[in-house]
Amino acid sequence: MGTYSGGLWSWITTVDHKRIGILYFVSSLFFFLVGGIEAMLIRLQLATPENTLLTAQAYNQLFTMHGITMLLFVVMPMSAAFFNFVVPLQIGARDVAFPRLNAFSYWLFIFGALFLNASFFFGGAPDVGWFAYANLTSSQYSPGHGVDFYILGLALAGAGSIVAALNFIVTIINLRAPGMTFMRLPLFTWMTFVVSFLIILAFPPFTISTVFLLFDRMFGTLFFEPSGGGDPRLWQHLFWIFGHPEVYILILPAFGIVSDVIPTFSKKPLFGYPVVVYSGVLIAFLGFGVWAHHMFSVGLGRIANSAFSGLTMLIAIPTGVKIFNWIATMWGGALRFKSAMLFSIGLVAMFVIGGVSGVMHSSAPADLQQTDTYFVVAHFHYVLFGGSILGLFAGVYYWFPKVTGRFLNEPLGAVHFWLMFIGMNLTFFPMHYAGLHGQPRRTFTSPAGLGFEWFNVVSTIGAVITFVAVFVFLVNFIRSLRTAPTAEANPWEASTLEWSIASPPPVHNFDRTPEVRSRDPLWHDGIVLPAAEEVFHMPNPSYWPLVTAAGLLVLMTGALVGLPLVLIGGAVAVVGIYGWSFEPIH
Amino acid sequence: MERTSTGVANEKVLMWTFIGSECMLFGSLIATFLAYRDRSLVGPFEEELLNIPFITVTTFVLLMSSLMMVLALSAVQRGDRRGSGLFLLLTAVLGLIFLGGQVFEFSHFAHEGLGLGRNLFSGTFYLTTGFHGAHVAIGVIWLLTLWTLALRGRLGPEKSVKVEVAGLYWHFVDVVWIVLFTVIYLMSGAAAV
Amino acid sequence: MTDGRPRLPGRRRQLAFAALALAALFVACGGDFPQSSLRPQSDVAREIDSLFRGIFWWAMGVLVVVEGALLFTVFRYRERPGAARPKAVHGNTVLEIGWTIAPAVILIFIGVPTMLTLWRIDGPPPSSDVRVEVVGHQWWWEFRYPDLGITTANELHLPVGKTADVRLRSGDVLHSFWFPRVSGKRDLVPGRENSLWFTPDSVGVYPGQCAEFCGTSHALMGMRLFVDSPEDFEAWAARQASPQEAEGDPAPAEDPMVTAGREIFFGAGGCISCHAIRGTVAAGVIGPDLTHVGSRSTIAAGLLENTPENLAKWIMDPQEVKPGNLMLDMGLNDEQAGQVAAYLLSLE
Ligand code: HEA
Ligand code: HEA
Ligand code: HEC
Ligand code: CUA
Ligand SMILES: [Cu+2]
Repeated sequence: MGTYSGGLWSWITTVDHKRIGILYFVSSLFFFLVGGIEAMLIRLQLATPENTLLTAQAYNQLFTMHGITMLLFVVMPMSAAFFNFVVPLQIGARDVAFPRLNAFSYWLFIFGALFLNASFFFGGAPDVGWFAYANLTSSQYSPGHGVDFYILGLALAGAGSIVAALNFIVTIINLRAPGMTFMRLPLFTWMTFVVSFLIILAFPPFTISTVFLLFDRMFGTLFFEPSGGGDPRLWQHLFWIFGHPEVYILILPAFGIVSDVIPTFSKKPLFGYPVVVYSGVLIAFLGFGVWAHHMFSVGLGRIANSAFSGLTMLIAIPTGVKIFNWIATMWGGALRFKSAMLFSIGLVAMFVIGGVSGVMHSSAPADLQQTDTYFVVAHFHYVLFGGSILGLFAGVYYWFPKVTGRFLNEPLGAVHFWLMFIGMNLTFFPMHYAGLHGQPRRTFTSPAGLGFEWFNVVSTIGAVITFVAVFVFLVNFIRSLRTAPTAEANPWEASTLEWSIASPPPVHNFDRTPEVRSRDPLWHDGIVLPAAEEVFHMPNPSYWPLVTAAGLLVLMTGALVGLPLVLIGGAVAVVGIYGWSFEPIH
Repeated sequence: MERTSTGVANEKVLMWTFIGSECMLFGSLIATFLAYRDRSLVGPFEEELLNIPFITVTTFVLLMSSLMMVLALSAVQRGDRRGSGLFLLLTAVLGLIFLGGQVFEFSHFAHEGLGLGRNLFSGTFYLTTGFHGAHVAIGVIWLLTLWTLALRGRLGPEKSVKVEVAGLYWHFVDVVWIVLFTVIYLMSGAAAV
Repeated sequence: MTDGRPRLPGRRRQLAFAALALAALFVACGGDFPQSSLRPQSDVAREIDSLFRGIFWWAMGVLVVVEGALLFTVFRYRERPGAARPKAVHGNTVLEIGWTIAPAVILIFIGVPTMLTLWRIDGPPPSSDVRVEVVGHQWWWEFRYPDLGITTANELHLPVGKTADVRLRSGDVLHSFWFPRVSGKRDLVPGRENSLWFTPDSVGVYPGQCAEFCGTSHALMGMRLFVDSPEDFEAWAARQASPQEAEGDPAPAEDPMVTAGREIFFGAGGCISCHAIRGTVAAGVIGPDLTHVGSRSTIAAGLLENTPENLAKWIMDPQEVKPGNLMLDMGLNDEQAGQVAAYLLSLE
């Protein structure tokens, strides 16, 4: 087949969306283990009151890096892995619109992630929480380099996300096969499209706020400096204008996956397709108007608080619509409980729990008791673990045969699912109680006598079970990669275009570009293949994206080390861009 | 051009989406500028510094560069090699003049005691206009690159989409300036000197 | 569930898990939760609590309906061998409208009480019987009573039944003021003043905690609220308002330990560069006011009981007790620390 053959160099210079997807996947899996081990350390520290396993400083670094890692280096890149691998196949394209730009996005992401994690070895990771509220991040209160690593690392990774999102928007707008109208796009592609818009619109405010912070720290500007008239709340606004849409960036890909998986294993088309699409768009749209629900305790006044309360509640409506349509899809179907389906049903069940606790937060007065407690920690793990992570695992089991031509072991998959399901509930359910009974988050220790002991013990036990679950998955994953490839083109009898071609797909995906006649083309004879052979050129491999990204990495390092390195990095990046621009594509 | 679903070139769709993203970037800067307006604790204050007549001239220069850009594109589309080179160069040069004006303005302000970390105005002003200036500078480099292509005869009508995309960018940067000009200068209450 | 505290339902799927969840539930109900937001002891906290309970039951309703429908579907429609391919249903407009409107209606029942409560509690205080100024510091609390001339730290006293009008400022970074039993949180934002009010309605001691991450020892930035009877409060306030006698003044029948400790405190110990004792030359402003430190039940922001041993331990190695805190190790030995501790405890 030759899809993935070739040495290291071929992976470094690849511009093939499928290989880039695999790179994203492997990287995000690696960071899942990193973020998970950080979580394990957090849980071990909290297992008993007044534990001294970790120092305060170490703990604060760990929860900060755990949050950042899970959100930006696990869920986002794993979603990007599927965007890359699946979307071009689902729309009948041979690659994304800008293959080299796509490679560039990956390199930016991985350099950013590695750069930020390198802080552990160079004077300490950031220890200010994932939303890094000013003015704790000022050079006065955070004199080390941790916050600089945060700013610069996320600048790289964030740029990578924006570039990738631009690419997917163009791809989905412009590279659809004939007949693949927008209202025939598979739901996963639709959600990719929506998420890409969220990314390009939400990241710039964050970029700007980190630039302000960088200038405050390095050049003495006063953006977040109260003594100079600056207002720390500016950071909070800019951050959450990014941060809230970000949570929908994290969940909508999983929603997309589930919307493809459930019909397949129910043998029924998605119920209410247009409504599911529009509700996704509406969630994204509303997502930009609710950011200050993270700031109810800041004292914005009751007018602002009531407006943000009300808008936040509205999001329950389109989200509920999705849930109901998934259940309606299964209703009357013939459900096959393959691992992918188990994880999808798990998502529906768990996300609702996280969703309703979200609605409890959305009531500003009620949230005054909940904010910054473990009740919030429970909420967001139910939506993130119970939503995003379960959804992404559904995607892993679903598309694994397409990507590799092999199957993940189903019984092991079920073990993985049930362990994870039990583990996450044991971990995060008691946090509801702990929070309402007054356990604040981000505390490296909690005093005995406040009644939190049992909740924390159970949480820690749950985390250990989750650890075993992930381990089972790893075993399954590695074992499966060593089995013989047996997957045919459409092992699940799914309906979308990616299942019309061989598993794994050939380098050029489609021998002939199909013409699409219906929303579920493989179920309704909805594909017409043109009679004539097509002439097409696949793009050449290129190392320029890597060179350019490496230049930017050096530049960021220079910002910590000294001007010469900044200049060198800048020069390398410029050379990279010119090499890239003048390189023949085919 | 490759076949696309919409018939619009990929590069153009890319630039339009990119511009959408840039709107949020400049939107955040402008929002910050407005939030911090008149909240500096120490001088020099904006009313004392901003020189509207001078900036009106450089604004006009930037507007003219957009006109040159339009002419450049039409020259490229016509296959007019001389015109292409000439107008691309003119666009870039006008952009450079604008940048020169900005350098002059910055150094003048610095001379008046408005260091970067002086007060809230200095930070918001330098970063907002600086971000814009960086965009102009990138545009100038881009235009000069296209100009060298034109000189070597490698910018025929079949490549016009390259110029079109650069033009979109350039016009956008120009429009942003109009907004900044309004928000920072015209709304500052500075007396016309 | 005798006290009607809401309980979150366990899941039915796994018996074992359900059992565990139940166990957790008993723990949740049986235990003693001095810092719980579900045991309100003030007007504001009660308002929030009843609002929350309302929302909670609506949410439970949604949860039961959705999870029930899901479980039913999953069990009812599993694939059966030999069955025909299910009918391809593409949607149903009436259903879509129905399940758009139903949540919207529920949200009205959540949203309206939310707004009403918000309007009642998030505004100017109905009266301001006791004015308190709170200043957050890394990692301790400064409490001032501008009308009573009191400055103290980490332990807030309020008379029962009187509305406290609390003004919040920060001396460094963001903090958040939170006594779950009497009110929700309000942040202390550098460069501005926030406010908060509540009327405690039961005498007692309630723990509180900084609820905004504020650096290394954020976890150890606790505080205590003493809701006193009016008489107790009067007595406490009168004592706190009085200065200590000036340095060198003859003290009746004084313990030599105390005298030695005072010597060190004002001299070699260097304590007065950071701490104030009203009525003496000690006027430092970096650390807590120690005028009546002997009358506090805890030290170092609720971390340690206020005993001679703990005080000595704290004075000898504050960093060991509270990582990163801003009090320096002044290099006192065991004996000196004991003496200083005795002196401090004498400051009732
Ligand atoms: C995947 C990510 C994700 C998702 C999807 C959500 C979804 C929602 N979130 Fe959550 N949230 C986070 C991730 C996410 N959140 C994170 C990470 C934080 C903490 C950040 C930090 O501080 O570190 C947070 C914090 C957070 C807060 C701030 C809490 C605080 O710190 O004080 C609030 C407040 O309103 C909130 C609300 C909501 C709401 C209303 C939804 C809604 O979208 C949920 C809608 C869904 C449902 C309601 C369920 C299905 C609906 C039905 C079945 C219909 C019927 C239902 C009703 C009528 C109720 N979230
Ligand atoms: C997608 C997002 C995501 C995910 C999946 C998780 C997963 C987990 N999270 Fe968390 N979490 C966040 C996002 C996420 N988290 C965020 C955003 C915060 C807020 C941070 C902040 O306040 O700034 C947070 C905070 C947070 C806290 C609060 C810390 C505090 O406030 O003080 C806790 C405490 O228990 C916690 C626990 C866990 C646990 C136990 C898991 C587990 O479920 C993890 C399970 C995974 C594993 C256990 C990995 C297993 C690894 C192996 C099997 C490796 C073996 C292989 C080799 C050795 C090669 N997380
Ligand atoms: C560099 C400043 C500094 C010096 C010097 C200093 N302290 Fe402190 N002190 C502090 C700070 C800051 C705190 C609050 C620490 C915390 O709780 O986080 C504190 C807290 C205390 C407390 C606890 C008060 C309470 O109510 O919680 C006592 C008691 C105390 N100091 C005694 C002393 C003595 C005795 C000395 C001299 C030997 C001393 N301090 C020297 C800064 C200082
Ligand atoms: Cu003060 Cu947290
Ligand atoms: Cu949010």
